[in-house]
Amino acid sequence: MASKPRTLYEKIWDAHVVERQDDGTCLVYIDRHLVHEVTSPQAFEALRLAGRKVRRPDLTLAVPDHNLPTTPRLARDGSRLPIEDKQSAAQLAALEANAPAFGIDYIDAVAPEQGIVHVVGPEQGFSLPGTTIVCGDSHTAAHGGIGALAFGIGTSEVEHVLATQTLLLRPSKTMEVRVEGKLGPGVTPKDLILHIIGVIGTAGGTGHVIEYRGPVFEKMSVEGRLTVCNMSIEGGARAGLIAPDETVFEYLEGRPYAPSGQAWDDAVEWWRSLATDEGASFDKSVVIDAADVEPTVSWGTSPEDVVAIGGTVPSPDSFADPSKQEAARKSLDYMGLAPGTPLEAVEVENIFIGSCTNSRIEDLRAAAAVLEGRKKAANVRWAIAVPGSGLVKRQAEEEGLDRIFTEAGFEWREPGCSACLAMNPDKVPPGERCASTSNRNFVGRQGPGSRTHLLSPAMAAAAAVTGRLTDVRKLMGE
Amino acid sequence: MKQVSTISGRAIPLGLKNVDTDVIIPAHWLKTVSREGLGKGAFETIRQTPGNPFDVEDFAGAPILIAGDNFGCGSSREHAAWAMLDMGLTAVIAPSFSDIFSGNAFKNGILAVELPQDQVDRLLEVAKDHPITIDLENQVVTTPFQDRFTFEVDPFRKHCLLNGLDEIGLTLERDASIAKHEQTRSASLPWLGAPQNKRREPA
Repeated sequence: MASKPRTLYEKIWDAHVVERQDDGTCLVYIDRHLVHEVTSPQAFEALRLAGRKVRRPDLTLAVPDHNLPTTPRLARDGSRLPIEDKQSAAQLAALEANAPAFGIDYIDAVAPEQGIVHVVGPEQGFSLPGTTIVCGDSHTAAHGGIGALAFGIGTSEVEHVLATQTLLLRPSKTMEVRVEGKLGPGVTPKDLILHIIGVIGTAGGTGHVIEYRGPVFEKMSVEGRLTVCNMSIEGGARAGLIAPDETVFEYLEGRPYAPSGQAWDDAVEWWRSLATDEGASFDKSVVIDAADVEPTVSWGTSPEDVVAIGGTVPSPDSFADPSKQEAARKSLDYMGLAPGTPLEAVEVENIFIGSCTNSRIEDLRAAAAVLEGRKKAANVRWAIAVPGSGLVKRQAEEEGLDRIFTEAGFEWREPGCSACLAMNPDKVPPGERCASTSNRNFVGRQGPGSRTHLLSPAMAAAAAVTGRLTDVRKLMGE
Repeated sequence: MKQVSTISGRAIPLGLKNVDTDVIIPAHWLKTVSREGLGKGAFETIRQTPGNPFDVEDFAGAPILIAGDNFGCGSSREHAAWAMLDMGLTAVIAPSFSDIFSGNAFKNGILAVELPQDQVDRLLEVAKDHPITIDLENQVVTTPFQDRFTFEVDPFRKHCLLNGLDEIGLTLERDASIAKHEQTRSASLPWLGAPQNKRREPA
């Protein structure tokens, strides 16, 4: 009997179910666990109090990212500079102590491989296709870009995975986001995912795992796929996936934690079998025409509040849903924007290029291509470029990108989460705007009173040059 | 896990949609290594607005919060659940919840009760002056009036909550099954269970 056609998600899920309870809850095996300093200390403490061990320290990798200042970390004599914020220092110290105490491999704050956990995982080949990957961070969805079932978990679940290498889960529903056609010039994966979230809404994927399908993704680089999957959570989906293919295999081969030799060949053979079968069905399906996607920016305080750069700030009355009207009024009040204002008229004082969404080498190249030979506008007070990892930073420097950034008036920083979430010294002051390549424009996300406009690295660079939100296509090919 | 059966008392009629985890607890509160004391930072940005429902005297110590669609969207921070618990909230009623938040709520014994928008609207009205009761055993929300709204709950989560079961303890009892799964996988996909870690190799 031929087996029922299955989706990529269903194949990975089925391969990881240890046991299924009568009530439908499944005990699911976790292949890779990434740990950072913010969501783990309470989990380690609970293990300690209960006298429990980490079941598979060898499947666990820890790296600090959220709290680390992105200013230099070493003094001239090579000693580590202290972290001024005492709470941050204590949290970082806790991870540095917990990892070895529980036998977990730890990338320390000054190691060349240190970086944002979602940049480090794929870069090290620790994240692999067909695996289940978790981390106490909602942007774990990013790793779906290499074809892993990857999702964020809370601290109690971190503790559960540390103790048992499993989670108790119910299967998700499946959702297909199919993008047909071809993205236009100057339109990047970030614009595409912002557009998708605008279409499906921030709760559009709730209860679902999204699989991104179609020619646009088949042609997309691994970096672009990581960007798209990263923001699945902004569309409400705990995980997003793209079928692993030759592009992914080429990216992963030879990476430090990836299999090699015969094991690599065997792995690739299995990975090739994971793509969604012909005839498999999804619980929900959304089709998007790539030709409809323009360089996109956010205007409000929810990632679904997006508009093409050529557009205007919408009027709250333009929304059918009364609660959305109310939310839009609040958003515009917070953002200090009037309905009808062209997005290109919005001035920005801060530029942030970085975060787990957009801090990989391609992102830095795209921004640098716009900045080359140009300088930031006079009204741009603060512009920073924050590579996603030490290795990204090193590569960018080898390519001379750091000089392009600094000559344009950017600060070139050490790797970390930086101004994405206001947990470290990189913050946007109250009332000021930031053109930001990060993933969330929530109230206060980049600092109390901060006003975030989400956009792509190329668009952030264009905003830096003109001092206002700008269609990057106008600066291309000049 | 703490045992949970019935929650009864005043309910804060917040009503807002898309209450994200940065609103529930801003990131600067996340630098703690403890689960305690986060109530001070809960809903900080909303509480800075005069006349917000959290500061209404009648709602001091209220165990229930009523919100709009997509409550708890955003980050995976369990600090959101800890902060709510610390300010005395043990249940949230909303038309929908983010997946990660509802899991975190459950692990901390906070009931995340999903009801259709019209019923939530009715409860927002009632809550202004009257208490609300959530009965987990019978899966029903009631008011001092005739309202009787039934809700769905994951049977396993209900069982754990009613009996105060420790999920990790339960899973550790499945150790033999987990070990068997590991053995089967290491036979068919050996690379999966053994990352190489060549990171520390000398250059």
